[in-house]
Amino acid sequence: MRAPAEPAIDTSPSVGDEVKTTTCYMCACRCGIKVWLKGGQIRYIQGNPDHPVNRGVLCAKGSAGIMQHYSPARLDKPLLRVGERGSGEFREIEWDEALDIAASWLRPIRERNPDELAFFTGRDQSQALTGWWAQQFGTVNYAAHGGFCSVNMAAGGLYTLGGSFWEFGEPDWDHTQYLMLWGVAEDHDSNPIKLGLGKLKARGAKIVAVNPVRSGYGAIADEWIGIRPGTDGLFAFALIHELLKADRIDLDYLVRYTNAHWLVVRDPGGPEDGLFARDLDGHPMCAVDSHRFVRADDVDISPRVVGEYTLRDGRTAVPAFHLVAERYLDPQYSPEAVSERCGIPADTIRRIARELAEAAFDRAFTLPVAWTDAWGREHDTMLGRPVSMHAMRGISAHSNGFHTCRALHLLQLLLGAVDSPGSFRYQPPFPKPLPPPNRPGKARQANGVLDAAPLGFVHGPEDLVVDADGGPRRIDHAFSWAYPLSAHGMMHTVIRNAWAGDPYRIDTLMMFMANMSWNSSMNTAQTIAWLTDKDDGGDYRIPRIIYADAYASEMVAYADLVLPDTTYLERFDAISLLDRPISDADGAADAIRHPVLEASKQSPGRDVRGFQSVLIELGARLDLPGLVNEDGSPKYRDYADYIVRHERAPGVGLLAGWRGAHGEVEAKGQPNPEQLQRYIDNGGFWRSEIPEHARYFKMANRGYLDWAQRMGFLGHADPIVLQLYSETLQKFRLAAQGHGATQPPEQHRERVATYFDPIPMWYEPFEGAQVAAGNDFPLSAVTQRPMFMYHAWGSQNAWLRQIATRNWMYLHPETGARYGIGDEDWIDVSSHHGTITVQAKFAANVQPDTVWTWNAIGKRRGAWRLGKDAPEGREGFLLNHLISDITPRGDYANADPVTGQAAWFDLRVRIAKAPVAQASSPQFPSLAMGEADDAPLRYGAQFRKQREDSTQ
Amino acid sequence: MTDLPPPSKKKLGLVIDLDTCVGCHACAVSCKEWNAGGFAAPLTDEQPYGKDPSGVWFNRVHSYEVAATEGCASSATPQPPMTLHFPRSCLHCEQPACVTVCPTGASYKRAEDGIVLVDEDKCIGCKLCSWACPYGAREYSEVEGVMKKCTLCVDRIYNENLDEAERQPACVQACPTRARHFGDLGDPESKVSKLVAERGGVDLLPQLGYQPVNKYLPPRPRRSGDAPSPAPQVETLDTAALPPLLRWLDRVLTR
Amino acid sequence: MHPAFSVILFTTLSGAGYGLLLWAGGLILLPALQGRAPAHGAVVVLWGMLLVLGLMLTTAGLLSSMLHLGKPMRAWRAFSQWRTSWLSREGVFAVLTAIVVLALLALIGAAMLGHALPSLGMIAPVLAAIMLLLALCTIVSTAMIYASLKPIPAWRHPLVVPVYLVFAVFTGWLVLMTLVNWSVLSDEALGVIVLVTFALALIAGTLKLAYWYRIDRQPLGATRGDAVGLPGREVGVFERPHTQDNYLNREMGFVVARKHARPLRAISLALFALVPAVAAWLAWANPDWAGPVFTLATLLALVGVLVERWLFFAQARHLVTLYY
Ligand SMILES: Nc1nc2c(c(=O)[nH]1)N[C@H]1C(S)=C(S)[C@@H](COP(=O)(O)OP(=O)(O)OC[C@H]3O[C@@H](n4cnc5c(=O)[nH]c(N)nc54)[C@H](O)[C@@H]3O)O[C@H]1N2
Ligand SMILES: Nc1nc2c(c(=O)[nH]1)N[C@H]1C(S)=C(S)[C@@H](COP(=O)(O)OP(=O)(O)OC[C@H]3O[C@@H](n4cnc5c(=O)[nH]c(N)nc54)[C@H](O)[C@@H]3O)O[C@H]1N2
Ligand code: SF4
Ligand code: SF4
Ligand code: SF4
Ligand code: SF4
Ligand code: SF4
Ligand SMILES: [Mo]
Repeated sequence: MRAPAEPAIDTSPSVGDEVKTTTCYMCACRCGIKVWLKGGQIRYIQGNPDHPVNRGVLCAKGSAGIMQHYSPARLDKPLLRVGERGSGEFREIEWDEALDIAASWLRPIRERNPDELAFFTGRDQSQALTGWWAQQFGTVNYAAHGGFCSVNMAAGGLYTLGGSFWEFGEPDWDHTQYLMLWGVAEDHDSNPIKLGLGKLKARGAKIVAVNPVRSGYGAIADEWIGIRPGTDGLFAFALIHELLKADRIDLDYLVRYTNAHWLVVRDPGGPEDGLFARDLDGHPMCAVDSHRFVRADDVDISPRVVGEYTLRDGRTAVPAFHLVAERYLDPQYSPEAVSERCGIPADTIRRIARELAEAAFDRAFTLPVAWTDAWGREHDTMLGRPVSMHAMRGISAHSNGFHTCRALHLLQLLLGAVDSPGSFRYQPPFPKPLPPPNRPGKARQANGVLDAAPLGFVHGPEDLVVDADGGPRRIDHAFSWAYPLSAHGMMHTVIRNAWAGDPYRIDTLMMFMANMSWNSSMNTAQTIAWLTDKDDGGDYRIPRIIYADAYASEMVAYADLVLPDTTYLERFDAISLLDRPISDADGAADAIRHPVLEASKQSPGRDVRGFQSVLIELGARLDLPGLVNEDGSPKYRDYADYIVRHERAPGVGLLAGWRGAHGEVEAKGQPNPEQLQRYIDNGGFWRSEIPEHARYFKMANRGYLDWAQRMGFLGHADPIVLQLYSETLQKFRLAAQGHGATQPPEQHRERVATYFDPIPMWYEPFEGAQVAAGNDFPLSAVTQRPMFMYHAWGSQNAWLRQIATRNWMYLHPETGARYGIGDEDWIDVSSHHGTITVQAKFAANVQPDTVWTWNAIGKRRGAWRLGKDAPEGREGFLLNHLISDITPRGDYANADPVTGQAAWFDLRVRIAKAPVAQASSPQFPSLAMGEADDAPLRYGAQFRKQREDSTQ
Repeated sequence: MTDLPPPSKKKLGLVIDLDTCVGCHACAVSCKEWNAGGFAAPLTDEQPYGKDPSGVWFNRVHSYEVAATEGCASSATPQPPMTLHFPRSCLHCEQPACVTVCPTGASYKRAEDGIVLVDEDKCIGCKLCSWACPYGAREYSEVEGVMKKCTLCVDRIYNENLDEAERQPACVQACPTRARHFGDLGDPESKVSKLVAERGGVDLLPQLGYQPVNKYLPPRPRRSGDAPSPAPQVETLDTAALPPLLRWLDRVLTR
Repeated sequence: MHPAFSVILFTTLSGAGYGLLLWAGGLILLPALQGRAPAHGAVVVLWGMLLVLGLMLTTAGLLSSMLHLGKPMRAWRAFSQWRTSWLSREGVFAVLTAIVVLALLALIGAAMLGHALPSLGMIAPVLAAIMLLLALCTIVSTAMIYASLKPIPAWRHPLVVPVYLVFAVFTGWLVLMTLVNWSVLSDEALGVIVLVTFALALIAGTLKLAYWYRIDRQPLGATRGDAVGLPGREVGVFERPHTQDNYLNREMGFVVARKHARPLRAISLALFALVPAVAAWLAWANPDWAGPVFTLATLLALVGVLVERWLFFAQARHLVTLYY
């Protein structure tokens, strides 16, 4: 068909010599990829259509994997610091020496006091290993990145629903008719959310975005609600107020699946005030008429949800729902009352409430799926409530985020919209019992091993990790009275506290995959100072820093010993159900990464190792109990070996697929030496479908509960009661009010009593409340994730950095006019903590009292081997310089008082025109970590040449 | 040959759904990735790690703000302001002046399927075709000295080394919201043609007469319903006299 | 549009060159048309000089235009697409013109070497006529390269071709005058020169002013709303696809602000119209100065044309800028 003059072209060229399937790690979403290799080089990376996470699609970051793998910022060899910390002067050493040094630092610590090692990891996905390793080492000072990330979301959910937003649940993309997105720009479920939004769009379901900024998902939403930061709780309460007022709530759902009808003791001042009324066996009670009380978990009863009841012991009690209705029906939560603070017209609030109810109730539907509930009753159909929600850091990165998150869950519960068809759905292994059973480890056994992994969930004051005086026992103050439910630890406080010796001095700070001297710390400039500060004796106040990174990040310069990791295409990894699973609502799944390229062949002299393997070898050198055999020999060859052979509990290992000697069983079974190969053969992942009848109402679905128990997700198959009212929180409040054996030290009493409200509350975020006095900082300032960049690590990528080589401070033109600022003017942005000078840009798609910028585009000069004059360092900037790590008052970390979650988005600023500048400020001395070759990059020319040579 | 072939029956192209596009740049980067080593390799990047990085991209994603509309007499409902994401690549026009202006015959439109390509062996790098394209779809590389452009992934869509399901442009394969569709717009029965018909797909700058094959599906009207809502539902109980929650007292619930 | 210096230089020089060839052709044709005897001696030498200079200018222009090609070694390919491409046509016409010029020069050379061919008187006018036509076609083709581009409304303007033609004739005339005025000319001749110069300056100046006036008021013909498929909606840029400039921004996105263009227009107008007119008047008033005055004026006028060409690019907005 070619016209005579057309050149002949090859429309069917060979794509590559081989294609390997593995898991992407350009971000934490963990999509399946197919990597095409040609002549030993990467020709193309595509999504794996069979993969449950991304179903073949691939995001911008994933598509730029080639440039990440071949990044000139890759580290090649272990490094030992020779210059001053931060100078970037290192000596290349061999692995043997590196491991010797690390072991020689850590061995005495373990003998002396294991807590002197603080081991903190960032965007890591191997917490199942790292947490366990810390436990073997015996230090309580371990955490992963969740504390500065979104623990409010996790804890808010896990203490309310036994599951959560984040990546632990998802909207019912196939059935929902109404989706509310609260403060979501991207999230970890990057591709699944986009796939889902595409589905909703195709179906014409309504999407509402609640977000001060209308970008990304907000752009395609049917309705954008440009809320003022930090006020979502109020908005949610007003919605609840309206629903209650109009009696548009699902009471049957509430009594069936939640503790709405459980009686709460009303005994102000009494030791059990606010606890559930229980029978002699400890079972919570409910009222079925004015003085008949039965076990709340009885079935086929008609419990009361309101009213005041006199218990047999004479105390009064009210159902939990009564307290809820009482609180939110109060006029202080009417749309009119919250409208101004939230910046949302009262009419809009009323309408949204009505729309939610319409979606949930008037468009209710049934799925023709028969199922059996937890109590053995059979149902022919499943009643659907097609209204769903998803929320992320816009909610959680505030100091009132825990309660706001609970407020959203409360709203969902009132609509009967948790794990009903069409609503928010759990992804296995969730739901978990409430609270999740694993408590933080705090005592060392005789062999030095901690009694449990350092991170967990406290069930009451007795689980706190505090000393005899109630002071913190962890370097980050997690699980202390200041931040009792800090389930993920508090990465953002480690460096300050280690420097200050609060509560004690540590010896070695070991970090992995966390850029803590730059974009992932608050108060960056001072953090840098703490990392390099010396005591009177001339020694660093943080004596030793070991850091594992794959690239020449800002943090590398601050390490004494650098352990170079491989790229994600060169190592084994386990994406484990014990860690952060990749399940979806219809199935459980896990996955691996495996080397598709050989690290040593990527460039001459390159000698890097997967950090997990290094950790295992280091553990063996230290004779850590779980890591050596009886005879002291290393128990595991490397991480791959550990993945296959390590058993957390009998039959339970990191991977659930193809267990048993021949790969014949799932989830539980003896290790299978062929397991990794089975994964590789299956495209790198394993997935097991939940039986159809078990896919909804998982908290009370017999089919699901039994399945989950069989899979090892649940210790028992009892139904999980969702908690409108949190007795756990009340226990802390009671302690603060002077009850019980474990009570907070005086200085924390009022705080604990205030913020451990058993039903969701709202308060002004701390920074706003504490600087409001002079009203000096009238604007909120927030960051957002750019979809095409992953934190710090995207800018070294030749393709991604072209999309955003720098950032601006976006503000509404009206805001500009208000402060005499013109488009693209340079401005001073000041918080109570400091000032930065940056370039402004007008955009009207933002709430006018909010300014914002993309997160982590700004780079320190010299880092990532970018050119010294790269715009990332010149015009790019970090908002972090303005974000203090402590409250304006200086009494606590800039964090949520319940969970310790870093309150990044509480930031309040003022802006003013600055003199025209060439570069943003502050600027720091350029790091000397080498500069990449800046000659034109002609990646791919070699493939064309090969093709043309072969056809000649 | 810069003479245009007679109109082909098959008109391959893309349909891009602006109602669904979230502006994630996945299509742009996956395009870059495939084509960097493909038919038009390389897609050279200058100053890749330096001051002014700039490279050849066949697909670029813009973001705009669209002002609110009043809604006029013709009953169009008022629309709130919108943020619009807009990916831009070659539209494989039916009347592509980029082809006819080419002095060398390097630019051509395939007779078979209408794909507009550059034969880099003939291109002298005069840039005229890029001037002739109103859509900015041509990308010149100073380093290579030749013009490059979207190939509609001609080396994927017919590629027998790929699974049949994967014989589609890289950008379509990657798009996480599935806002991009590929197919034969010359066939009224094709999925893409039907989508265009159903959703009122449009040509960009039709007044110029280039007759783009690619179509854009405009954003659906926003349903924010800014009309004031009726007064809150009338309470059945006298809320002043009785705490409203008591209405739930007699509710017979089943657990 | 980005004003590539090589292209500006090319159109300026080759414009003058073809203009000169037009005048040369006219001079060769004139006696034949008037039925006069074939020229000989000094006049033929003048022809030769004009032709050589015209060839040099056009060739220099062409060579400079090749500088902006990515692959100059392949430039020969540009002759192939004359059926659709004005650029190709320009190349073809340019080469044909050059061939005819060379043929004419051969004839003249032969005549000067004394081999006065009897046919000189017959062939030369025919060749000159062909050359004249071809030079015209070349100029029109050059102009049409621009005038055919729909995405650049300022270039689509109907005045573009006439302006190119007039500027070629005018700058060719000035070059001619530079040569001619070094010899002693009669008052009568000088009078004609003044008149012609005045007339050409006036036409060129008027056309250009008219052009500027029009393009200043000419709408782009499309809105950003049209560009993104939302005609009638008001669309503003939120974020560009890439924060740094790319080929499109550099090549198509170059637009000089009207404020900055205004003084440049004045300078250009003064240089290409006023200066030659004044020079002609000076030469007429003081014939002794005619040579140097015209030489200087021509150089200045060419600078004026360079500025005019620069503005032609720098003020032309490409529709693709709607996207940015
Ligand atoms: N202002 C502001 N600051 C924020 C946030 C915000 O919203 N606003 N968000 C916060 C949040 S939620 C988070 S999670 C943090 C993120 O903060 P971090 O977890 O620190 O994330 P990155 O900046 O990407 O740094 C991770 C490091 O991992 C390295 N790395 C990449 N790949 C590999 C690998 O394969 N192996 C190893 N060993 N290292 C690798 C990178 O080079 C980089 O140095 O930032 C926080 N900071
Ligand atoms: N591409 C990409 N994907 C990522 C990451 C990345 O760096 N790049 N990082 C990963 C990590 S570590 C995390 S934690 C997740 C975070 O994922 P997200 O939570 O989606 O990310 P953020 O961009 O931090 O912020 C969310 C949104 O909250 C809005 N917001 C701020 N304050 C408020 C408020 O008070 N109320 C409401 N309603 N909205 C508010 C912001 O405008 C922003 O749009 O993303 C993960 N995915
Ligand atoms: S979302 Fe993108 S970067 Fe993250 S794992 Fe998936 S493809 Fe990779
Ligand atoms: S979009 Fe531009 S490059 Fe593509 S065919 Fe049309 S005119 Fe040519
Ligand atoms: S740049 Fe190449 S493809 Fe474009 S017109 Fe010139 S020769 Fe043709
Ligand atoms: S069709 Fe292919 S070349 Fe064209 S934009 Fe899509 S990926 Fe790029
Ligand atoms: S990949 Fe899809 S959603 Fe993302 S920018 Fe491209 S078209 Fe839009
Ligand atoms: Mo995070």
